[in-house]
Amino acid sequence: MEHIPILKMGQFLLVTIQVDMHDRLAVTLQNDLTERILKEEAKGVLIDISALEVVDSFIGRTLANIAATSRLMDAATVVTGMRPAVAITMVELGLQLQGVMTAMDVERGMEMLQRITGPDKEEPADGYRYEATDNNQQ
Amino acid sequence: MATVTKQLITISNDQDILLVRTAVRQVAIELGFNLVDQTKLVTAASELTRNIVLYAVEGTVKLEQVENQGHTGLRITFEDRGPGIADIELALKDGYTTSGGLGLGLGGSKRLVNDFDIESKVGKGTRVTITRWK
Repeated sequence: MEHIPILKMGQFLLVTIQVDMHDRLAVTLQNDLTERILKEEAKGVLIDISALEVVDSFIGRTLANIAATSRLMDAATVVTGMRPAVAITMVELGLQLQGVMTAMDVERGMEMLQRITGPDKEEPADGYRYEATDNNQQ
Repeated sequence: MATVTKQLITISNDQDILLVRTAVRQVAIELGFNLVDQTKLVTAASELTRNIVLYAVEGTVKLEQVENQGHTGLRITFEDRGPGIADIELALKDGYTTSGGLGLGLGGSKRLVNDFDIESKVGKGTRVTITRWK
């Protein structure tokens, strides 16, 4: 069976989608990633889609599902490199990718993951950015 | 209105969605559509071909070059002999689905093209025709 390779980089998993994904391949990727997060105890997943020329509702839903599943397993997901034409089309199609964080490229995506999963800069769910130094100010 | 058939693709499984995406991209480039319009056409075609696979299993996708008063368009016709759609207005609503998907296929692809036409008879099948003009 066809698989998309998943690379491990420290505490993160890196996926670069290089082929036009058919539906089953997208589902396989989702399952593979879930298993690897558990096995590697990954804190974050980065999915680079800069080679993807199309993100239709199925691929979009798969990306959102990956982010939701990862979150339940205490890992963050960042999608990087979305092409402008893909972004324009997704908005008109009505795809919102709820709960999926995005970054311009892999480098910024990695920085984002490090920031989110860093030991002293955790961002609470309510959006308030917690600053460790604030604790000492009375 | 002059019409030239570019491709006729038979649909029988989800791998054929990829064939349609590749074919639509190819013809859209050939007709000189810009990148955003190519992407919209390919995405709409992907959604509507998936509908054939999901609901009817088998069908056809026809790609045609159309000319109207000096304007070039790409017309794609999706035809199946599946169960048909009882309430087209409801099926076009965002979020309505009977397959467990996102329910963006019909309504979403309608927003991605200039002309959208749907004919369906319960028990007979469905034909969706979309056109994007350059």
